[in-house]
Amino acid sequence: MADQKTSTEPVPFPRLMRPMEGRLVGGVAQGLARQLRLDPVVIRLAFVLLSVVDGVGAVAYAVLWMITPREPYQGQQPPSRDWSQLAAFTAIGVALFAFGWLTGASRGGIAMLPFAVGGIGALILWQQADPDRRKTWMSGATKGIRANRVRTLLGVVLVVGGAIGFLISEGQLAAARPGLLFTAVVVGGLLVIAAPWLAGLWKELQQERRERIRQEERAEVAAMVHDSVLHTLTLIQRVAHDPREVTRLARAQERELRNWLYQPKQDADATLAAAVRRIAAEEEDAHGVPVEIVCVGDVQLDQRLDAMLKALRQALVNAAKYSESPVISVYAEVEGDEVFISVKDRGKGFDLDAVPPDRMGIRESIVGRMERHGGTARVRSEPGEGTEVMLTMKVEKK
Amino acid sequence: MIRVLIVDDHRLFRSGVRAELGDSIQVVGEAEDVDSAVKAIAELEPDVVLLDVHMPGGGGQEVLRRVLGTGSQVRFLALSVSDAAEDVIGVIRGGARGYVTKNISGRELTDAIRRVAEGDAVFSPRLAGFVLDAFASTEAPPIDPELDSLTQREREVLRLIARGYAYKEIAKELFISVKTVETHVSSVLRKLQLSNRHELSRWATARRLV
Repeated sequence: MADQKTSTEPVPFPRLMRPMEGRLVGGVAQGLARQLRLDPVVIRLAFVLLSVVDGVGAVAYAVLWMITPREPYQGQQPPSRDWSQLAAFTAIGVALFAFGWLTGASRGGIAMLPFAVGGIGALILWQQADPDRRKTWMSGATKGIRANRVRTLLGVVLVVGGAIGFLISEGQLAAARPGLLFTAVVVGGLLVIAAPWLAGLWKELQQERRERIRQEERAEVAAMVHDSVLHTLTLIQRVAHDPREVTRLARAQERELRNWLYQPKQDADATLAAAVRRIAAEEEDAHGVPVEIVCVGDVQLDQRLDAMLKALRQALVNAAKYSESPVISVYAEVEGDEVFISVKDRGKGFDLDAVPPDRMGIRESIVGRMERHGGTARVRSEPGEGTEVMLTMKVEKK
Repeated sequence: MIRVLIVDDHRLFRSGVRAELGDSIQVVGEAEDVDSAVKAIAELEPDVVLLDVHMPGGGGQEVLRRVLGTGSQVRFLALSVSDAAEDVIGVIRGGARGYVTKNISGRELTDAIRRVAEGDAVFSPRLAGFVLDAFASTEAPPIDPELDSLTQREREVLRLIARGYAYKEIAKELFISVKTVETHVSSVLRKLQLSNRHELSRWATARRLV
């Protein structure tokens, strides 16, 4: 166990190395950033700022370069540098220098001296360090410029802008403006450097959001399957001896699943089609006879249609209770301002004239109700041929 | 004897259909995915293919595309549990001569297969409802009046199918022959397959859940 653990865990303190990939100058900042788990941009900016203040940055960089071994690189050719980023950093450095110069913070070159010394030292160190290293730097000079033209262009513009601004203020043309100007330049340079990082961050956020939505959807599906499908399957196993109950459970589950999969999300009772489906489902559950529903068109419910739905329910109850039909068909259609609903079974049927006048089901609950609300109801039935109840109603004028 | 190939990725369903089909139908083979279906159709040359809409490898529509694309005259009857308008309209426009849902009884299925074998179309109540809905759902004038709208008679026939009437009952109701009912349904099928009305696909897409 212990052996396994040590072999899989990363080395806690890896040695500081200078990676070839993604370096701008010598890979020092890159290596440091990796060591400290920071963005290399931060380290690079720190170096630039330190260099401006006292030249410390440059010296530190040189020393680190000396003492840090280069990370072994497998590729055929060393990877090229991102020159546009390097240009942007240089621009910031130049601009900050100019800023310091103009505002008097380092007038007289006090800050320049250590920097110059440090720079010379660094150069000497560099000269002696590794001839290979110089060669790679020099030969790679033109590579990668094309990689990102917009950024390169911006970097160049910033450098040129900084230089021009410097010259202008030397000539005392706008004594007050340069401060602002160079601040703008610095901010611009920062933006140029940070842009890819910000974009990456944005992309990452988007990705996370998408992933979260996907997970929520998956959770919803899982909940659906668990709460309804698995539950129903368990129930079916328990009542396996009762085919009628098994059919009822299976139908109810099928309906629920179909609604979830195929029906547009509707306000449960606001429209005719949704209400017809709901009523049919309730009667199917109550009587255990499958009801097939076809809806064409749809309309908002109103008072008359509510009455029509009550008649529909009564017709369904009759068919389910008395027809002995294996299946009932419900068809609801909205055409123009007319709504038509048919309830048809393939059961034993009956002789209309033989129905005693005191039987309220058809006469009152269906025909009477429809007529009171301005609609019509027709019943057609023949013994052995099944029954069809046809309801027609005009939609209320708004 | 009508020779039938059953294409469905559920083995239980295939054997169920095999058992339910009447004596007038001979099941000559089964296939469980798009590739094996295309191969079996070429080898066995069945009269009718019972085609599942949802299958691995592109589904029924892919089978239709690959088989009918080669000029084959084999007839397809789509069979599915799906209620999605997109699927239903999709296979019909892909070339299937009918669409029935899987809860159809053995007798009705035998009937439907016979009808498709004879070159007629088969509409389930649900498909009829879809077609009525699709052709009704536009105010825009049809581009091609012959193809883009239903005649009064076709509408009546479809409406009766949607109400659950059998062809024989429709014939009786409208005082026409069963053959005439079949002609009307075939004509609707042709319109459904050939009409360029983008409303058809737009309607089907709009009806797609979510």
